[in-house]
Amino acid sequence: MIEIQNIDKHFGDNHVLKNVSFTFEKGKTNLIIGESGSGKTTLIKILIGLHTAESGKIIFDGVDSSTIKTKAQRILRQEIGMLFQGGALYDYMTVEENIMFPLSMFTDKTEEEKLERVNFCLKRVNLEDKNDLMPSELSGGMTKRVAIARAIVMQPKYLLCDEPNSGLDPKTAIIIDNLIQEITKEYNITTIVNTHDMNSVMEIGENIAFINKGEIWWTGNKDSLLNSDNKELNDFVFASELFKRLKS
Amino acid sequence: MTKLLHHLGLYFIMMKKVISAPEKWSVFRKQLVLEMEKVGLNSVSLVIILSFFVGAVVSIQTAFNMTNPLLPSYLVGLASRDSLILEFSPTMISLILAGKVGSSIASEIGSMRVTEQIDALEIMGINSASFLILPKIVASIFFFPFLIIMSMGIGMVGAWVGGLSADVTTADFMYGLKYEFNSFYITYAVIKTIFFAFIISSVSAYFGYHTKGGAIAVGKSSTTAVVTSSILILLFNYILTDIILS
Repeated sequence: MIEIQNIDKHFGDNHVLKNVSFTFEKGKTNLIIGESGSGKTTLIKILIGLHTAESGKIIFDGVDSSTIKTKAQRILRQEIGMLFQGGALYDYMTVEENIMFPLSMFTDKTEEEKLERVNFCLKRVNLEDKNDLMPSELSGGMTKRVAIARAIVMQPKYLLCDEPNSGLDPKTAIIIDNLIQEITKEYNITTIVNTHDMNSVMEIGENIAFINKGEIWWTGNKDSLLNSDNKELNDFVFASELFKRLKS
Repeated sequence: MTKLLHHLGLYFIMMKKVISAPEKWSVFRKQLVLEMEKVGLNSVSLVIILSFFVGAVVSIQTAFNMTNPLLPSYLVGLASRDSLILEFSPTMISLILAGKVGSSIASEIGSMRVTEQIDALEIMGINSASFLILPKIVASIFFFPFLIIMSMGIGMVGAWVGGLSADVTTADFMYGLKYEFNSFYITYAVIKTIFFAFIISSVSAYFGYHTKGGAIAVGKSSTTAVVTSSILILLFNYILTDIILS
């Protein structure tokens, strides 16, 4: 479980996050939704330590990340798996080397043990026998799946996904969504997905926070989302004709 | 001035992160071998071609300018040797390597920055500056002196070939090459090269590491890295020459 309490962040005069508090629950796919520029990416970057909040707390399973020392912070970071928008695979490494990389850096496993774990993760994302491909040879969906495999190879306690479906066709997007949800249940981890894709919201939205202009305006799940009378949320969710028809 | 101080501050902050013990030596060694190939071995052919032809041209020009019959022809070998060892090989080859290796380092790290690969390293708890930049600096400092010494040798072969076309006999040329040879010149050239290798690799890495934006920003970082490294090489060439040879 990850709790954020009273997170505040400015970029110059722009007040990006205003006193944001929310609890991301363990074993669930927690979604942060909102328009582009609403503060979603800033929030996720604060969670993973790429940005620093001006005030507030981030509590990982009862541990306040701001109070722990550098070494413990680095250990905490190793417990976080991150799926970037573009995959962020190391383009000079093969698929196998990309997934094996965290194991080589942080464990003392033998080559055989590492390879066994890599193959297990590749199988989990349905990419067996793709070990020797380079990232440039992968399709968008395959890139995301390799990135998921790399994110779970260290058996993280927390999985953070930034726009996992961007640039994917609807069918592949559903495959990625389902994979994220299955992994969340299988390993009982805390998963946070940052998205503005309404298909994802309806597919895997178990615990949702709607951010608008740097503030949390609504929280709930995919079922309560359809019946909400929050105007800003409805303007965002039912922007397309398809979803307007779904509501009516 | 403020901008310069800002860059200097960021450079030293980055270098403080770079100069730290690698997270894992086995991974560092692997990275180092890769970088040796990229910054060193891949530049060998360029250095050979440049050194040979510049050596040949230096000797022909020297012969062409020696119109006084009282000047012995072995001076062609002597002048070519000193030009190559003191200036052409360490400084000119370093300037060319700033273009080839420096732009490659800046664009590689810059691309990693804009595609979030550096963020991915940081999230794993890896010191990205040290992981990416330290092997490049070590590889450059280790390999560039070999390239420069090789350049001196190839340049002298080129100078000999050029000398033959300017009617300088092999015996005269060889006599000039050996005439009052001061081995400290080689030491001086290697010292300069080590400084230049550090400048090229660290300055280029700095501009790549601090790239912000997309593909255009990567190109801009690469150009700025080459220009800045070249200016610093010329500046340090003057300073080091003044300190070492004066």
